Amino acid sequence: MTETTSASSAPASSGGHEGNLITFDGVGKRFGDNVVLDNLSFGVRPGERVTLIGPSGSGKTTILRMLMTLTRPDSGTIQVGDDYLYHEERTGNLVPASEQHIRRVRRRITMVFQHFNLFPNMRVLRNVTEAPVHVLGLSKEEAEQRARELLDMVGLGEKLTAYPTQLSGGQQQRVAIARALAMRPDVLLLDEVTSALDPELAAGVLDVLRDIARTSDVTMLCVTHAMRFARDISHRVLMFDSGRIIEDAPPGEMFDAPRHERTRGFLQSVINET
Amino acid sequence: MNFDWRAAWDSVPRLLDGMLVALQATVLGYLIALVLGLVFALLRRSQQPWVRMPVAVVVEFIRSTPLLVQLFFLFFVLPTIGIEFSPLATGAIGLGVHYATYTSEVYRAGIDGVPPGQWEAATALNLSRRRTWTAVILPQAVPRVVPALANYVIAMFKDTPQLTAITVLEGLSVARSLGAETFRYLEPFTLVGIMYLTMALVMAWLARIVERRFGRVRAV
Repeated sequence: MTETTSASSAPASSGGHEGNLITFDGVGKRFGDNVVLDNLSFGVRPGERVTLIGPSGSGKTTILRMLMTLTRPDSGTIQVGDDYLYHEERTGNLVPASEQHIRRVRRRITMVFQHFNLFPNMRVLRNVTEAPVHVLGLSKEEAEQRARELLDMVGLGEKLTAYPTQLSGGQQQRVAIARALAMRPDVLLLDEVTSALDPELAAGVLDVLRDIARTSDVTMLCVTHAMRFARDISHRVLMFDSGRIIEDAPPGEMFDAPRHERTRGFLQSVINET
Repeated sequence: MNFDWRAAWDSVPRLLDGMLVALQATVLGYLIALVLGLVFALLRRSQQPWVRMPVAVVVEFIRSTPLLVQLFFLFFVLPTIGIEFSPLATGAIGLGVHYATYTSEVYRAGIDGVPPGQWEAATALNLSRRRTWTAVILPQAVPRVVPALANYVIAMFKDTPQLTAITVLEGLSVARSLGAETFRYLEPFTLVGIMYLTMALVMAWLARIVERRFGRVRAV
């Protein structure tokens, strides 16, 4: 695993820089006439925890989905470490990546979803062991050992044989977090992971994520409206508007002294809402 | 015309033999329809247009032409190019291929009914395509469509009299030859109707059991 950068580290500057774990360079995406991302460049250092905020439709979730290869960019490049995600280098030229290449690069990344997306046909334990066994090649015993530890950590050590439908939303999301961590990812993408939960259940999920932020050096990209949480765990906050980053600052600055008028307005509206 | 109970009773053994043949054709044909329908459904979702398109054309063609035409084709044309099966096997293949075009639509609906989030979770966990299908998608898609699939057993069974046309000695053709031999049509045709009804009802009952047993869906 990678070295954690300190919370006060300067924001990575844009585009293809040495030492970045994730590098977006000139990434664009449009759905029809709607420009979702506009020539976007930014980098994330290993171990950094970055929160993406901004009004809905500003492109935050699209960024996570692109990293997870669920949405393809129209233009630009995305790098994970030294590897391009959607391209391969062949004789000095960048060509579209093969499925095999994408699978190899994608192995370092995983994602937790707003609606959990647990496999309803599998019990809790198998939800967490399925990919470690069939993707990482762990033995069943190793994978179950790992799954038990993670499920204990998220407080669901007693629910190994339950089916997802027998769990509350908050419990399902905690299983989903365990399932993601069982892959030992370098990058953990969190896409509005508490938006579908009641405040009470959301609190339990956020506590688990705080623990993970405290005890591991996994790189996190997080889209959330839970500003208190964002302030607690983030090294950096990126404010999005209309597919562009309009402010990039440590959480203290972003929340206490936002420089941009648009950021102030957005934060005000989020506070009023909650 | 009086119902001749004696003649009716005498014709029962041969009619039952015929119904057994109908049952054999149904079971074999249904197995073909279950497997081939899934193959059609999967191929029609292929990312390669040169796989997807021809399969779509073949499926549409089979579905839009009468079963009887297909049975004749298999029975009379295939032997001329050196492929020969028994009439019963030909009939079962004909039924199976024809109904595979229906079951493939059922499978397709079942697969489309699996929420996109399940595919996305499989991608996020980097599961292979094969593993995604076998461990995630099909185990959720198939239970959803068990009731619809089960209904096709009965439909297929009721189509077995068409095999008469390709010399399969199933219930209807036995009844017809009984009539030709004895000049009494009332008894054999009444009996064969009752037999079809009884067996269809039993199948419907079995289908409900299968449905209750395997048709559970653990929706999220």
